[in-house]
Amino acid sequence: MEKLGGLFNPSSPEMEAMADLTYYIIAISIGILAIIVVAVTYIIIRYRKSSNDSSEPYQNFGDTRLEIVWTVIPIAIVAVLFQLTCSTMKAVDPPIGDHEPDIVVIGHQWWWEFYYPKSGVLTANELHMPVDKKLLLRIESIDVIHDFWVPELGRKIDAIPGHTNHIWIGAGEPGIFLGACAEFCGTQHANMRIRVIAETEEEFNEWQQQQLVVPRTPRSGIAGKGAELFRTKACMNCHTIAGTPAAARIGPNLTHLNKRQTIGAGVLTNSPENLTKWLVNPQKYKQGALMPNMKLTDSEVNAIVAYLEALK
Amino acid sequence: MSSKIPLVPENITPLPALKENEGMLSWVSSVDHKQIGIMYLISTLVFFLIGGLEALVIRMQLAKPEFDFISPEVYNQMFTMHGTTMIFFVVMPFLIGLGVYLVPLMIGARDMAFPRLNALSFWLVVFGGILLYYSFLTQSGPSEVGWFAYSPLSEKPFSLNKGPTYWALGLLATGISSVASGLNNIVTILTMRTKGMTMRRLPLFVWMILVTSFLLIFVIPIIASAFAMMLLDRLLEATFFTPAHGGSAILWQHFFWGFGHPEVYILVLPAFGIISEVIPVFSRKPIYGYEFVAGSTVAIGLLSLGVWAHHMFAVGLGNVANLYFSLASMLIAIPTGIKVLNWVATMWGGKIWFATPMLFATAFIIEFVIGGLTGVAIASVPIDWVTTDTYFIVAHFHYVLFGGSLFAIFAGVYYWFPKFTGRMMSETLGKWHFWLTIVGFNMTFFIQHFLGVMGMPRRTYTYHDFPYWGSMNLLSTIGAFVLAISVIIFAWNIRRSLKHGEKAPDNPWNAWTLEWYTTSPPAVHNFDLVPPVRGRRPLWDLAHPDQPDEPNAKVVV
Repeated sequence: MEKLGGLFNPSSPEMEAMADLTYYIIAISIGILAIIVVAVTYIIIRYRKSSNDSSEPYQNFGDTRLEIVWTVIPIAIVAVLFQLTCSTMKAVDPPIGDHEPDIVVIGHQWWWEFYYPKSGVLTANELHMPVDKKLLLRIESIDVIHDFWVPELGRKIDAIPGHTNHIWIGAGEPGIFLGACAEFCGTQHANMRIRVIAETEEEFNEWQQQQLVVPRTPRSGIAGKGAELFRTKACMNCHTIAGTPAAARIGPNLTHLNKRQTIGAGVLTNSPENLTKWLVNPQKYKQGALMPNMKLTDSEVNAIVAYLEALK
Repeated sequence: MSSKIPLVPENITPLPALKENEGMLSWVSSVDHKQIGIMYLISTLVFFLIGGLEALVIRMQLAKPEFDFISPEVYNQMFTMHGTTMIFFVVMPFLIGLGVYLVPLMIGARDMAFPRLNALSFWLVVFGGILLYYSFLTQSGPSEVGWFAYSPLSEKPFSLNKGPTYWALGLLATGISSVASGLNNIVTILTMRTKGMTMRRLPLFVWMILVTSFLLIFVIPIIASAFAMMLLDRLLEATFFTPAHGGSAILWQHFFWGFGHPEVYILVLPAFGIISEVIPVFSRKPIYGYEFVAGSTVAIGLLSLGVWAHHMFAVGLGNVANLYFSLASMLIAIPTGIKVLNWVATMWGGKIWFATPMLFATAFIIEFVIGGLTGVAIASVPIDWVTTDTYFIVAHFHYVLFGGSLFAIFAGVYYWFPKFTGRMMSETLGKWHFWLTIVGFNMTFFIQHFLGVMGMPRRTYTYHDFPYWGSMNLLSTIGAFVLAISVIIFAWNIRRSLKHGEKAPDNPWNAWTLEWYTTSPPAVHNFDLVPPVRGRRPLWDLAHPDQPDEPNAKVVV
């Protein structure tokens, strides 16, 4: 049997606490439902009118003692639920105090920008983090309301323009955890995916070092032509490539695009072939995305792909 | 019931309504509550079919992963229009329309307190619906921002199309209608009850309409002002909800849910009323704990005004606010639970006749309890953080609004159809409708609980082929088509029974409230004579003079 995701595979202490609470409350709910179902089934069998009986049953108007009993019992159940809610929240969502955020998450229509203020790394859609470490995320939005959600790692939190939120997040095991925007944010809400890559401290540091490298801009050959096209074909109006005049943050930072696993916030796996397809017409794979069809010729597309692949 | 106990003559001053033999004009110009009620029901049936078609388009697109049935824009338009239609143009006007038809009859009155206002309320719903659907004819089609229209997505910089403007205008029109019918109901119920019909003897359906009407006049102005601000933002460059210009994105959510959560009870309290009428009649017993059923309705109404931010646990309002709204929301389970247990206790010891209305009422109890229990679960903040904006929530509120409100509406249609039309609905088709609804409904929505907690977000036009997602969604889609068949049978049953249904007697179910005392369908003036009301069940008292509900009650003449 393939592994079920989300609540069935909690991969952080926070998510484990929330999953436990969910199971507990669902179990109580199933118990209550069972009582009602059994009672109704018994009634259907026992109190069905027989066709030849036209007499009226005993007219019972109610019983105040019974009403009090079935008012007090739910009050007790609610008290238990509320107590469990409080204790789980305390465990999952401790105060942030004067902690500085480890990662700033910025929602855009329809991709995620991740900024690591302590190292200066700026990347998109793939969030690297060291395993077994509790990180503080600051959640912001540049345009409309989004929601940061990685089901196996923890809670949802809205990304709201003009309002900053914080959450704690950590992964209890290394691996790739998939998430997505959970607040409807427009045409391509469905393709605003998150890929969390939890890795060992060493791997994470290595990734961070690599991300900080300013790549050499190719001057010649097909990649050199691509670099020139990137400047002249309006790519740089929206994207950043470190070490070049391209410094806009309207679209994702492309400096180390060739190290990412997907493109288009999870629409396609990242390969030169898919990148080519994407550049020919991004609207075909992500209809409504803010990157227009740039109407590039095949040779221009190949040159830009060669340039982006050459950035090391 | 034709016994000659002192009868109370009723004021029969003629109103300018119901001209015989004038065809459509007698309907269009009518201020008669029964004609208006029937026009409400017919227009909601039309909107129900439209909203259902939109649901089928949604489920088709989700039938398999990465499916290309419709574009993302069209998908977003479909779920926006489905939600808006079903809430504002189906369930809400159906329940209001049912109230408009039944309340005067149940309290022994000639008409609503303000018959012309009543007609205005109805025509404003039609006008609002036309405004909303007119947006299909605009260049970029209807609104794509969801029935909740969160700002700033619904603001002009992010939604340049005209859709959200028509959406807000249409709903503003129905908002005026709702406030007007709320006031009309309140005045009617408080001032026009026949002699002897004290508040403690009011049929429970009327009680629920009364509480609903107070909710309408309290909360519709909240959303109406939000619509006005949204329209100012969109048309006159105001910036109430635009953070980039000093507005607030969260403010809209407070307005929206300040209305939106009580709205849930506006959609479900009259449904509770229907169930509280149907279950006693078919169990042949009075409602168990009348005071507790009526009182718990008032408690639900009051609590519902103070729980709106449980829709906003992911917004980041802080844990003090979250905990307050969590506890307040959980408290609603208590009066709701009291109701469910009283319905079960009413059936207990009865002699139950499982005609179609009772089948739907019995199923209502189970389906609604499932929706209610998941509702308590998601009132717990951490569970909400897991489930909000996922298919778990879609499943939850369909169990409340379909398994709850719509099941009660079906029960109500089968129960009162003979009174409205003078003909019985087909029991055979009714049973087909019932069983296909049970299968289709649970097949469509139960599985969505699992999809939600496995991580499938709502309002997404496509999804990756994660383990089991494809097959679970396909099952849900098949269920939706089973439901579609059941709805076709229901519509066919109505059409067929109107023409060929068995003639209905005045009181086919041997029921006890006043509407069953008059002819089926009732005459223009409702009652020739209103029987004396000496208890909660006037027709029981008439039929059992030796065993009245309130043996010591005095007859008020």
